[in-house]
Amino acid sequence: MTHIELQVALAATGYIAGDDLAVAMHLAISLGRPLLLEGAAGVGKTDLARAISSVRDTALIRLQCYEGLDASQAIYEWNYQRQLLSIRAAAEDGVTGRAVEERIFSDEFLLERPLLKAIRQKVPPVLLIDEIDRADEEFEAYLLEVLSEFQITIPEMGTITATSRPIVILTANGTRDLSDALRRRCLYAHVEYPDRATELAILKARCPEVEAALGRQIIGFVQSLRKEGLEKTPGIAEMLDFAAALMGLGIADLTDDPVLLQASLSTLLKTQRDRDNITTEITQRLAGVAA
Amino acid sequence: MSRVSKFAARDPGPAARMAGFMAHLRSHGLRLGVGETATALSALTHVTAADPVAARHALRAVCTGSAEDVQSFDDLFDAFWLNGGRVLQKVIPTAQTGDDAVHSSRNAKTENQAAGAGALSTPDGGEGESEADGEGKLVASLVAATLKKDLRDLVDPEDIAEAQKIARNLGAALRDRRSRRRKAARRGDQIHFRKLIRQSLATGGEPLRLPRKKRPERPLKIVAICDVSGSMTVYAQVFLAFIAGLMRGDDTADAYLFHTRLVRISDALRDRDAMRALGRLSLLADGFGGGSRIGGSLTDFARGYARRFVDGRTVVMILSDGYDTDTPDLISDALSALKRRGCKIIWLNPLKGWDGYEPVARGMAAALPHLDLFRAANTLADLAALEPELVRL
Repeated sequence: MTHIELQVALAATGYIAGDDLAVAMHLAISLGRPLLLEGAAGVGKTDLARAISSVRDTALIRLQCYEGLDASQAIYEWNYQRQLLSIRAAAEDGVTGRAVEERIFSDEFLLERPLLKAIRQKVPPVLLIDEIDRADEEFEAYLLEVLSEFQITIPEMGTITATSRPIVILTANGTRDLSDALRRRCLYAHVEYPDRATELAILKARCPEVEAALGRQIIGFVQSLRKEGLEKTPGIAEMLDFAAALMGLGIADLTDDPVLLQASLSTLLKTQRDRDNITTEITQRLAGVAA
Repeated sequence: MSRVSKFAARDPGPAARMAGFMAHLRSHGLRLGVGETATALSALTHVTAADPVAARHALRAVCTGSAEDVQSFDDLFDAFWLNGGRVLQKVIPTAQTGDDAVHSSRNAKTENQAAGAGALSTPDGGEGESEADGEGKLVASLVAATLKKDLRDLVDPEDIAEAQKIARNLGAALRDRRSRRRKAARRGDQIHFRKLIRQSLATGGEPLRLPRKKRPERPLKIVAICDVSGSMTVYAQVFLAFIAGLMRGDDTADAYLFHTRLVRISDALRDRDAMRALGRLSLLADGFGGGSRIGGSLTDFARGYARRFVDGRTVVMILSDGYDTDTPDLISDALSALKRRGCKIIWLNPLKGWDGYEPVARGMAAALPHLDLFRAANTLADLAALEPELVRL
């Protein structure tokens, strides 16, 4: 599969990827390297993982990172309750010592968390490590080992080597700087807000029922709104919500009804200050520009 | 005329070209190792390597690692592969000038070095040999170098060592405010007994998990924004040493320079070699000593980087004299936007140390209502004296 074929396949699932992103993704798959995606919220970083898993027809395993994420949530955990019950039951049966130990530290009592699950799949899955910059630095350092060796060591059981190498996608929003070590192990793509043509294609793919003229207006409106210096710039998901809202309100032309248009802005503007700043006049000007 | 760089007939092949390209990127501050060269080569086998667009995308994915890298990558790529025989303008003014600035893979090998240096400046049109040889190119790069300020002339290692000490103390003064209260935590120094008893009810009194608690740390992070415009040149030495020291002493700190535009210098300054860090900085600070756009730069900061790096536990330290060519409204708006993120703002103004100074510069006057602390700072000693004030902040 070339990067162009990949781009076409992604488009078929409703994900429109730019050339640079398609090449980066293609290389990540063919070189077997993790891909680090950075960019503003709402530009479709997480969605790429979904699209890839659907193109490759494999499972999507998602690890959402947060402050304080540790091994027991990310890698594996023993099912302590069941182990305890098993020990009690064993004691009643008169089984002791090594036999019990072997029984309780087996697959049966192991709870797989995303990382372990990802390397034990028969078909290589897509592993999405979302918002890696929210996790602690210690966890990031641990990931380095997993991502380069694709093996996980469980003290009671030994080392588990990957049955298949997952396609790894990491995303970051820049909550903190990532370490150089992690960046060096990954291919990198910076995802920008899509340009007009790309965003129009996304709208067409996701909401085919939106008419062409209205679609162009919507994209023009959202793209100029992004230049207004908002606190929270609307992303692609917001744009799609906006389109859906307009469809729901039965608006066929942005310039038609100023009141309804202003009301539907709640899909795009997500802070009080942005709502205050984008007055009806500005909305009308933007809609006029877009028309 | 093709813009694609010409390589000599005795060019040893793609591997050497790639090594040359990597050396070229490395000399401009991208951190790349031998592994990346191999990855880059194998990446090219997965795309149509002869297609400049695909090759550019592929190499970008391999060689960059951050948004800043991506910004500079395109220019560096053009300069190396599409230079059409021209010589790159930006040259690091050091002894290594000759080698690293030449964009020919021939230099990836050590042999044949002297022989063909002139070919680079041979025009693409190809009417005869160029007169220029390796030396001509070197002269050009030296001229370029003198037009810029080399920050290393301004700062010496002792200053940095001294500033580093001060910065570390300031950092510690800001950092060490741990709460008295202990909070449940995954990794803590004490066992959370209350939670322990509660949880073990479910398992018949057997404590299966040991919940822990610790004192939550509430560190404050320093973000330093330094004005390096013309009027600040005399103080730049102190401030840059301080910022360099800050970055090296504290890995959560963040630093920016501005003159007519804002540049993030954190990564450059974290270089382990202090002098090399300043060298990289000289490249970034193109425009050093020029005009100042405080309002515009602060607005850029508040709108851009601040969203990522400034929160309620941040102290923003602005080092500037407040002489601005932008309108004062911009400063005021930018600072109030910053304040809304919950940070503290300190303004260090070297002029305040002078007798009879009044903050009458319009920019400074506009900034005053938003500041948590407004102090003089002309010397490293002044900066050291800030410590008790910061603790109270």
